[in-house]
Amino acid sequence: MDTSALKKELVELVSAAGDMAALENVRVTALGKKGRITDLMKALGTMSPDERKTAGAELNLLKDEIAALIDKQSAQLKAQEMDARLANETIDVTLSPRPERKGSIHPISQTMEELVTIFADMGFTVAEGPDIEDDFHNFTALNFPIGHPAREMHDTFYLPNDERKEGEAQKKLLRTHTSTVQIRYMLENKPPIKIICMGRVYRSDYDMTHTPVFHQMEGLVIDKSTHMGHLKGCLMDFVRSYFEIDDLPVRFRPSFFPFTEPSAEMDIGCSRKDGGLKIGAGDSWLEILGCGMVHPNVIRNCGLDPDEYQGFAFGMGIERIAMLKYGIPDLRTFFEADTRWLSHYGFDPLNRPNRATK
Amino acid sequence: MKFTISWLKEYLETDATLDQIAEKLTDIGLEVEGVEDRAATYAPFKVAEVLEAKPHPDADRLRICQVKTLDGVLQVVCGAPNARTGMKAVFAPSGSYIPGLDVTLKKSNIRGQESNGMMVSEREMCLGEDHNGIIDLPADTPIGTPLAEIYGLNDPVIEINVTPNRPDCAGVRGIARDLAAAGLGTLKPLVTPKITSAFESNPKVALQFDDANKEACPLFMGRLIKGVKNGPSPDWLQQRLKAIGLRPISKLVDITNYFCIGMARPLHVFDADKLSGNIHVRMSKKGETLDALNDKSYTLEDNMVVVCDDSGVLGLGGIVGGVKTGCEDDTVNVYLECAYFDPLRIARTGRSLQVTSDARYRFERGIDPAFTVEAIELATQMILDLCGGEAGTVIKAGDVPPSTKTYKYDPARYNRIIGSAVPEAEQKAILESLGFKVANDWSVTTPSWRPDVFGQEDLVEEVARIRGYAAIPPVSVIKDGAVAKAAETPRGSKMRKARSALASKGLQECVTWSFMDEDLAHRFGANDRQQAARLKLMNPISSELMQMRPSILPNLIAAAGRNADRGCMDAALFEVGPIFYGTDLQEQPVVATGVRFGHQGPRHWSGAEANRAVDAFDAKEDALAAIAACGGPSGNLQVSRDAPSYYHPGRSGSLRLGANVVAYFGEIHPAILDQMKITEAVVGFELFLENIPEQKKKGTALPLVDLPQFQPLSRDFAFMADAKTEGDAFVRAIKSVDRNLIANVEIFDVYTGKGVEPGKKSVAIAVTIQPRDHTLTDSEIEGICQKIKSTVEQKTGATLRG
Repeated sequence: MDTSALKKELVELVSAAGDMAALENVRVTALGKKGRITDLMKALGTMSPDERKTAGAELNLLKDEIAALIDKQSAQLKAQEMDARLANETIDVTLSPRPERKGSIHPISQTMEELVTIFADMGFTVAEGPDIEDDFHNFTALNFPIGHPAREMHDTFYLPNDERKEGEAQKKLLRTHTSTVQIRYMLENKPPIKIICMGRVYRSDYDMTHTPVFHQMEGLVIDKSTHMGHLKGCLMDFVRSYFEIDDLPVRFRPSFFPFTEPSAEMDIGCSRKDGGLKIGAGDSWLEILGCGMVHPNVIRNCGLDPDEYQGFAFGMGIERIAMLKYGIPDLRTFFEADTRWLSHYGFDPLNRPNRATK
Repeated sequence: MKFTISWLKEYLETDATLDQIAEKLTDIGLEVEGVEDRAATYAPFKVAEVLEAKPHPDADRLRICQVKTLDGVLQVVCGAPNARTGMKAVFAPSGSYIPGLDVTLKKSNIRGQESNGMMVSEREMCLGEDHNGIIDLPADTPIGTPLAEIYGLNDPVIEINVTPNRPDCAGVRGIARDLAAAGLGTLKPLVTPKITSAFESNPKVALQFDDANKEACPLFMGRLIKGVKNGPSPDWLQQRLKAIGLRPISKLVDITNYFCIGMARPLHVFDADKLSGNIHVRMSKKGETLDALNDKSYTLEDNMVVVCDDSGVLGLGGIVGGVKTGCEDDTVNVYLECAYFDPLRIARTGRSLQVTSDARYRFERGIDPAFTVEAIELATQMILDLCGGEAGTVIKAGDVPPSTKTYKYDPARYNRIIGSAVPEAEQKAILESLGFKVANDWSVTTPSWRPDVFGQEDLVEEVARIRGYAAIPPVSVIKDGAVAKAAETPRGSKMRKARSALASKGLQECVTWSFMDEDLAHRFGANDRQQAARLKLMNPISSELMQMRPSILPNLIAAAGRNADRGCMDAALFEVGPIFYGTDLQEQPVVATGVRFGHQGPRHWSGAEANRAVDAFDAKEDALAAIAACGGPSGNLQVSRDAPSYYHPGRSGSLRLGANVVAYFGEIHPAILDQMKITEAVVGFELFLENIPEQKKKGTALPLVDLPQFQPLSRDFAFMADAKTEGDAFVRAIKSVDRNLIANVEIFDVYTGKGVEPGKKSVAIAVTIQPRDHTLTDSEIEGICQKIKSTVEQKTGATLRG
């Protein structure tokens, strides 16, 4: 049986099939139930056993060959079709992706969280107090004598007297410092005390370098043995950790606050060149915070015995230390809610630096 | 407080340099705010002689001068009309900085003639206004004399910040005493002169106070000095006053200023011939007036301390004198006042009349009452020395008030407070050098000029301050154990988590004022919810910053509006901060508040979704995300239609846990936006952090995870319901069918319109059923579906669509 002509014909048909549908027609023509090879196979029954043997083998061979050819052609055609489809699906990849909003955390919040982690590591916990306070907590308990110029220095915002209250609790005001929380905490808790507190404070002052609302952080340690050496050590460790400068020079100067005795102001080293300011060892000093040993009158005002208990307190402006650390030039911009500023100086909520990160 | 080094050295014997003095001042608590060493600033400028001045060949107004300086003869082209041969002028060499012109000189060529430096006018040197010509000095001034020497500028000026507790250091002598105590020299003794009085002084003085005001002016001393000759002060005095920014006026007035600054002892001088009758010191009556020496007129209230004569008020005691009786150049008889006034009353009067003066500054901090007696002698002597004349007797009304206190001091206290020991002898020496008297039993008596010392701690501070805080060894503060305690409060924790969640949702955190415009506050609930009157500042900065905020929303809406004006149309902002319902502790809750403005994003090629308008569900999503972040039951809140009136009544809601409102959300009422001149739609939410229940978590372990092993299946239902039926009703009804097996219910289509009769809507719901312990059989699934159908129909009145 000579199948070479058939083979030639089928091979030509397969290679001529230009798409999958044509190839399927070829497959039916060659291998289908009524296909050419199938027909020849059916005819094997009429042959002698010997003829059948050789012809059968030959036909099977042909059938396999054609099937393989069809598979090969099929793969080729599929690849072509894929190429054509992909070419057709081309997009302009230079277009922008769908917009997504990007939120941010305000530098004041970021700074507060940094402060909590640093002081938590020294064993401090956070305490809270209200923004609307009274004369007692803001001034009297903190040893501000009535009528003393030191009260005037605070530019206090006052609210109408609360006639439902007695005495100094009547005189309502917006706290001028977070030191009020020292009083509240000492009145409610027994020593040892080791707290920080943070929040809004208010002073009636609005110019280039003052805003009527700003934030402070306050620290308080009260026990039987904490002394001024601890105050220095604590704050030296703090500023070096916060500004991430191991050898940041510090200086403590005597100063005056009614609620501490002795009182001090702390400076850190800096250099000023060409109008710029750089924190670190340099030729100049920068005031960073006020501190001191808690005044015995304050301890007494909170119901504790100053012969038994002592300790230190400190306070600082949060905007100020945020400005210094992050190079933010203007205090007033903190409160303007300008989205351009918030995007620039705000922090990515998923990437908040802390002391361990780069 | 400003003073010059020569002034300091009048009281302090010292070899210390300017730098040493400045450093020590800061070390002992007299913080140096500035040092102005004018000798250094003016160092390049020296006297030169003009050997020849001849006209410039090519310029009419210029002269070519040959100038003899210490460094040789130089040619200078000069345009001054008074430049002439033989004159002594001040020469500024090339390379020097001319302060009045703000230029650094360079060697130059002026119309073909070389010019080296310039000769300067007073104005170019910032030493005066004269610019008619160059400085023209007497012919005998030696060449090379520094300009600073001629103008008395060799005296550096130091400015220190005097803390309010240190009235003694509001005088140069007090500063000298502190420096001496700190080892920087010796305090020169002050010798009180013996003055022979030639006559009985007049007028007499009466202190007219009732018992309640006895302390207002406990001591008033006066003295008449006759036959003085007033006029300009000597140069040394003028230069000192000018150096610290005071204008010299006349000998008599300059002497009072000299005592005020030099020894913190304010004085007053009256022209005695202008006084009528006796002097009486009393409390003022409302309506009395004073034309003061500071060129202002004051109308007094009751109870201000005034010095009067029979004609009326002469001055505000210890604050400012009056024009009527002031000393003039022709004053011949002067009446010197040296008195002590009560600090509190001075402060109150000064504050209420808003008058500041060097005298008030010192009296209200508390000057040395005992020094009054010596001061009148010292001042008299100075008047006699500078103005001549003869002094009368001292008139004294009242007496020196008590001014010293004695405290028991335990030197061991120093070590306890400071943390390092200082020998008793050293502590004693320091205290004594500051003027304290230390008895053998450590009873310490304060000097009369230190009203700020009240007990042991103050004495500890004196010793520590004079030794310098640098001497205190620092000790680190460490936590008690290996584990840092959780430092944050439950509220602080929720604030932090809400912030992170909202920033992650794409909102930008801002911080806005705690107060706002009163009308705006009322629109946002101040009238309804808070005691508005109690929350109105009595002394606001402006009417826009007057009312404590009842909500953060208006601030954020206004901020978003400002951003829109700047071109950022679609701000999304939030703030986590306090709002105020009242003045009590529990009436100042912390609220996380957010707004979204306009559109979700910019127009974009990808389609309308990117640019869709924000709606109430954006606000609801933000609120729920923050609630979830704070550990609140965000999936388990009831929604009710009772948000406050500043929300759109149909497009807002409350998220509740029982009676507690956890959050409000929705569109802001369009009428309010109109009033705020906002043209875009705004949605917002307010989340009351305190109303999210605290999480009761023990230990660090989380509950075990639930991972069912059987495949969940989903069935869709479509109901025809009354248009008013709310989606939540379907969800709750379906969930109630089997809380164990029904894992999720989601409404995926709500349809009204063609094919749905008016007043109805079609609601399509996907229900996810999660088999728990076996694969559900067809009949079990069919049972659940039937029950869903019947429950929904029964609870909502809806019918399953065919």
